[in-house]
Amino acid sequence: MSEHSPVLLMVCPVFAAVFCVLFGMRNKAVCLPLVLLGLGGSLYFAVDVFYQVQASSSKAISYYLAGWNGTDFPRGVGIEYRVDLLNSLVLMLIPAVGLLAALFSREFVPRETPGKEPQYYTLFLLLLTGLMGMTVTGDAFNLYVLLEVSSLTGYALIAMGSPRAAVSAFQYVILGTIGATFYLLGVGYLYIKTGSLNMSGIHHAIVAHGLMESPAIYVAFILIFAGIWVKLAFFPVFNWLPNAYSQAPTSTGCVVAPLMTKVSVYIMVRVMITLFGADYVYGSLDWSGPIVWVSVIAILSGSVLAFAQKDLRRMLTYLIVAEVGYMVGGAWLLVPGGMARGELLSQTATGMVGTTYHIISDAAMTLCLFMAAGAMIRKAGSSRISSMYGLFSKSPVTMVCFVVGALSMIGVPPTCGFFSKWYLVSGAFAAGRWEFAIALLISSLMNAVLFFRVIEHAFFMNPDDKGEENIAPAFSENPSSMLVPLVLAAASLFAIGLFNKEIAGYLEQFLFYAQFGSYG
Amino acid sequence: MEEFIHSKFNYWIYVLLMMIGLWGMIAKNNLIKKLIGMSIFQTAIILFYVSIAVKEKEANIPILPHHGHDYSPLAAAAHAGHGDGDGGHKDDNGHNASPEGHGDHGDHGHAGAHDPKVPVPNEFANPLPHVLMLTAIVVGVATLGLALAISQKIFKHYGTLEEDELLKKVRADDYV
Repeated sequence: MSEHSPVLLMVCPVFAAVFCVLFGMRNKAVCLPLVLLGLGGSLYFAVDVFYQVQASSSKAISYYLAGWNGTDFPRGVGIEYRVDLLNSLVLMLIPAVGLLAALFSREFVPRETPGKEPQYYTLFLLLLTGLMGMTVTGDAFNLYVLLEVSSLTGYALIAMGSPRAAVSAFQYVILGTIGATFYLLGVGYLYIKTGSLNMSGIHHAIVAHGLMESPAIYVAFILIFAGIWVKLAFFPVFNWLPNAYSQAPTSTGCVVAPLMTKVSVYIMVRVMITLFGADYVYGSLDWSGPIVWVSVIAILSGSVLAFAQKDLRRMLTYLIVAEVGYMVGGAWLLVPGGMARGELLSQTATGMVGTTYHIISDAAMTLCLFMAAGAMIRKAGSSRISSMYGLFSKSPVTMVCFVVGALSMIGVPPTCGFFSKWYLVSGAFAAGRWEFAIALLISSLMNAVLFFRVIEHAFFMNPDDKGEENIAPAFSENPSSMLVPLVLAAASLFAIGLFNKEIAGYLEQFLFYAQFGSYG
Repeated sequence: MEEFIHSKFNYWIYVLLMMIGLWGMIAKNNLIKKLIGMSIFQTAIILFYVSIAVKEKEANIPILPHHGHDYSPLAAAAHAGHGDGDGGHKDDNGHNASPEGHGDHGDHGHAGAHDPKVPVPNEFANPLPHVLMLTAIVVGVATLGLALAISQKIFKHYGTLEEDELLKKVRADDYV
């Protein structure tokens, strides 16, 4: 409806954050409604942008900030917001996850960060603003700034938990800064060679000036990828993630765990397809072999380390490490020589549809599981898996949602986890990368064992309670402010799964337009 | 060899500073020393970016001479468009919105190249890297402030900022 929608979806949460500081200090009750209002506005404009992208002939819309002229200066350095089929989907995902996590946070924020609700919700809104900005922007330097906006607010949200969380947050600050600074350095090298900061402008200059073989571009690629890999928590730099995410306040975990790594994967795809271009990444650069092997190691090590955990949330964080392995490996699956033969991008980079679909489905699964884990820990009184006895009869709705999330993580149809694994495994077969397909199947089996261990504990009574004490614990379900977002998240797993054909269709279209779409 | 080092002097310094910073962040035991390393690391990047802006001959700061009265920004824009691309775009962005329109800027292009009143991009240092680094400095300050606040919280609870002692206390907490 409005041509300004791409920027309005970021303006909404920023203004909500300002009002949250101004009015929240006097009356804490206005914070949560402001968060919901701001994110609701974002979601509305994100849906609007999605329909605009669908309606446009090139399946992409550009918004030039402050009205600089993008037609006369296509390689100009004004900031461009560019939305195509891929990021229009991610843009709807971010405020939707934020809304559910904000609803869910009502019980936890006053308890875990007492007296700091306005500060908490301000940071919460700014984190989502940063993530949406990273997704919507078409400018490489602007991406760095918004990456730091989301990282800084993320560090602060994690550090607001226990003192133990502050130690983890400090380690995260150090590693995150190294990652972001490497990215910035890589952008500097690209600017020297191409004279542009616009993502498609950089790609255009690389092609137009024949820089495909340039060592400076190669160094820039290595630096940018080193930076993104730290942010991704990809093997071997994943150690910061389990500490930071499992000790963060519950509601922080519910928004950071589903979104941070997933938006980083989106950034990786964006850098591969738009910034350097598929012809560079899949053509002149031959990294597919080693990266898929590293992601196999990431998947297996994430799954094995998850086995060693006795803490429910910590177990889930190691599964995120494995899921990142799925997505990075999927993005690098490649039919050798496919680009040179001029084949379709979706048939050359066979795992790309699976990777981008998994961004959406993994965000929904992680949200569902982290919220369910938060609710279970609240009822069990401890985060140890061994303390989860009898939760099925105590709070059945919570446990059913957890089981749905677990089934999706294992990959049982018709949940979305099955379909993303399906696309990834068939991509691995098409590319002839059997090791990746086998790692995926092993990790699914391990997930099954892991989750049934938890479910088994929750289903039965405590075996230590002998005799008369062994009666079913009284029914005491979590409040509806927690159950509504949890049930919605669990339902979304089925919805994303059932609409997998439509979503995969959009993503294939995205790859088509990224390959053949006109520049500008 | 001397020529090799001399010609890219600031780039060598930037690499050196970056390595010092990285070493400080990874190898130092004290959290505050890690943060000092982080600041050096970020400053190295600022030096790198500012070095990009340097032109071969003596270049001036990018401010228009003669108060800009007899100067056509549109012609300068078209002129810069023929350059190497990283010279002139950014100072024109503001002028693009001017009501004179965009359609006729091609006509001025070649005329502008010979007009002595039109500034030559090579006479000015590239302002864009400086602008980028202003943002990066702000980001660096925010990161440092946040990290110091977190270390304060750590010190209040654990009473130490030495990483090895801290990890010992953290592990002791974990196994209670």
